[in-house]
Amino acid sequence: MENKKTSVSAFFSGLVRKQIFIPLAALVILAVFNLIADPSFFKITLGYNSAGSPVLSGYLMTILDYGSELAILAIGMTLVTAASGGQDISVGATIAIAGSVILRVLCGTNSRPDELQAPIIVAFLAAVVVSMLFGAFNGVLVAYFKIQPMVATLILFTAGRSIAAWINNNELPIVSDVKFTYFGGFIPGIPIPTPFFIALACILIMALILKFTNLGLYTQSVGINESSSRLNGLNPEFIKFLSFVILGVCVAVAGLIKVSRLSSINYSVIAKDIEMDAILAVALGGNALGGGKFNMAASILGAYVIQFLTTTLYKFNVQSDALPAYKAVVVILLVVMSAPVVREKFASLGKKMKSSTKEVQ
Amino acid sequence: MKEKSVLEMRGICKSFPGVRALSDVDFTLCEGEIHALMGENGAGKSTLIKVLTGVYEKDEGEIFLKGMDKAAVIRSPQDAQALGISTVYQEITLCPNLSVAENMYIGRGERKGVSWKKMNEDAESILQKLDIPAKANRQLSNYSIAIQQMVAIARAVDMECKVLILDEPTSSLDEQEVEKLFGLMRDLKSKGVGIIFVTHFLDQVYEVCDKITVLRDGKLVGEYEIQDLPRVQLVSKMLGKELDDMSDIKNENVAYEGPGAGEKVFEAEGLQSNAGIKPFDFYIKKGEVNGFTGLLGSGRSECVRAIFGADRVIGGTVKKNGKTIKIKKPIDAMKQGIAYLPEDRKVDGIIGDLSVRENIILAAQVLKGFFRPFSKAEQYKFADEYIKLLEIKTASADTPIKSLSGGNQQKVILARWLLTHPEYLILDEPTRGIDVGTKIEIQKLVLKLASEGMSVTFISSETDEMLRTCSRLVVMRDRRVVGELNEGDLTQNKIMSTIAGGDNDGE
Repeated sequence: MENKKTSVSAFFSGLVRKQIFIPLAALVILAVFNLIADPSFFKITLGYNSAGSPVLSGYLMTILDYGSELAILAIGMTLVTAASGGQDISVGATIAIAGSVILRVLCGTNSRPDELQAPIIVAFLAAVVVSMLFGAFNGVLVAYFKIQPMVATLILFTAGRSIAAWINNNELPIVSDVKFTYFGGFIPGIPIPTPFFIALACILIMALILKFTNLGLYTQSVGINESSSRLNGLNPEFIKFLSFVILGVCVAVAGLIKVSRLSSINYSVIAKDIEMDAILAVALGGNALGGGKFNMAASILGAYVIQFLTTTLYKFNVQSDALPAYKAVVVILLVVMSAPVVREKFASLGKKMKSSTKEVQ
Repeated sequence: MKEKSVLEMRGICKSFPGVRALSDVDFTLCEGEIHALMGENGAGKSTLIKVLTGVYEKDEGEIFLKGMDKAAVIRSPQDAQALGISTVYQEITLCPNLSVAENMYIGRGERKGVSWKKMNEDAESILQKLDIPAKANRQLSNYSIAIQQMVAIARAVDMECKVLILDEPTSSLDEQEVEKLFGLMRDLKSKGVGIIFVTHFLDQVYEVCDKITVLRDGKLVGEYEIQDLPRVQLVSKMLGKELDDMSDIKNENVAYEGPGAGEKVFEAEGLQSNAGIKPFDFYIKKGEVNGFTGLLGSGRSECVRAIFGADRVIGGTVKKNGKTIKIKKPIDAMKQGIAYLPEDRKVDGIIGDLSVRENIILAAQVLKGFFRPFSKAEQYKFADEYIKLLEIKTASADTPIKSLSGGNQQKVILARWLLTHPEYLILDEPTRGIDVGTKIEIQKLVLKLASEGMSVTFISSETDEMLRTCSRLVVMRDRRVVGELNEGDLTQNKIMSTIAGGDNDGE
């Protein structure tokens, strides 16, 4: 009995020190809160959508759906944060650009064509290329001109949505092909939202990249000590540049999901403030926003937790105007909890409790 | 508490995850005493200091200060300061872009606003009293490191400290500056301040200190009066073993005589970098240990940095085995089989948050390529191999390197470069801030590697260390190569006179 107890407490104190503990703890707290407040939060119902295919619906599905966009962005944002020690705040605006490019390629010059002017894959690849170019633009400013990431990306943050509108002559193209809605909705016969599968694919690809290349080691190295990394033969500028380009790819994927949801675009509203949630996901994952070591899994989990929070607030009928204020309160709590100082206190508290229980025994 | 002591630490214990850094250590400091705290890297000197200054919280033990009946509670550096314990660290912790006076009074205001005039006057009078050649209203960065350090001491003195801790204050000072610092220390001693002096320089200990406390592996070895502990004994106490003959290690290793022995491996002609050195010629033979010597700032490091491509090369040619090669970046040099252990371990060497294992494999990994990472098993194999070979003291291969002591960090960096199996190893101050035992180990290792055919350039501020390892010395003065000394000329006097530059100009 005694043994079991100490091993359990050892497990917990070990967990507290793990980085993934923070988003995990936040998730548990949110889940427990919802369970007490209204267990129906967890209800999932099977229904049929207008096209007659089965879809699962419920708050959890919403989280899975919208959290996936965020998770995809969090992947790229984690790398940018680790390598450059700063954040890209132009993500939302670049999503608008990527979405606009997709619509432009699909619709051609006619803003409401009856059939697609190009295959969806071509439109998507075009968006990937464009997003990578914009990522490269940010990357060059940060890596080679040594501009603060937040200032460098402020340029696209300001100009991005205008560029997006300009791509389509400020028209609002509408795609009528039903296949296009699959990416942000449901594939007939599969009741789970497609964005989840897209996120899963992205996560898988990133996991493989991290396993079979040195991206992780190099990125962390450069983020922790640039001068030292250079003397070890790395090219810190290129690594930073690369991280922004990779984020560009993530942005294109998120852009595809976003425009697929509407089959259209609203330049000034699409993916608004999403960069803040993406940055928050990285922070909530316990990653140092000053760069260096990162934990990709924690960031991704962080993304879903942020969405969990947003959905919870919606559930309790918080008005959308007031939402950010409520969110801020929770975020303050989460961030304070994840601060290294606080975590250390927690860890030492756990240690003290352990030793005191030992004494009692 | 004894009558004359200002500080007594009793039974101090401190553990870190996986390491017992201090166990049951006592330390006593008397009034008007300069007390050396000695020990190898990882012996627990820094930990003891940090416990005393409130950076770490001790697990067990008590600290008594003069004039207090109860044990002192020190939870933060502020607490320590309030109790009259001041510290001057190896790295200057002042603000270079503030004035001298501001630096002396920063963070000490009583929140009543500042009288700039009074502050400057007060500062000026203290500086004068301590005979420190600095003006109160000038910006601190105008002054040399030595004077900055003295300002830090002046600040401590003015805060009426009873205990002054000097943590390796001399490692970046030249001889004259050290003398000045010692003058100041003796002055403070006569005023009754207790000084704890942490250093690796044995000469300096015997020059200024009254007592020595030796730590080893986190335990107290003993406290000795300086006259009772001859140098050799001190070293053997620090190492915990009888010392093998330090002066003769060079003769133990036979010179390399394999294929290509005596042939020039790397040659440079008119090499010049943007770091401000004059163009220089250079060569190294297979299996040879050579060195660059000269005063601090003479351009020793800049020369080897130019060879490695660490600074931007702006002229000259480099040849390997007679063929011209291009080295523009460190990776080019690495591909040619050159390894470079940089002078500044913290800034250019370690990747602080990464583990010992990742730090060891980094350079080899970069050479191997982005798409071909070592497997975890290989990484652990390499790490364990070198941890054992170089006797690196670390809790595990996954410990972040920043939590290791300085000497062990240096060994990790050395392991990193040995793992790339270089043909030419450049070591820039590999033994700075490292204890005697490790120093000798590194020197021996260098000679062993050379006898196996590796070419090594060894740079050190300590001439006797260079004499022990190098068979050829390139002498530098004012960023220019001024001479070369071979076997017969390798004596302290000859080196000194060449560095100083007298007779060889035919004056």
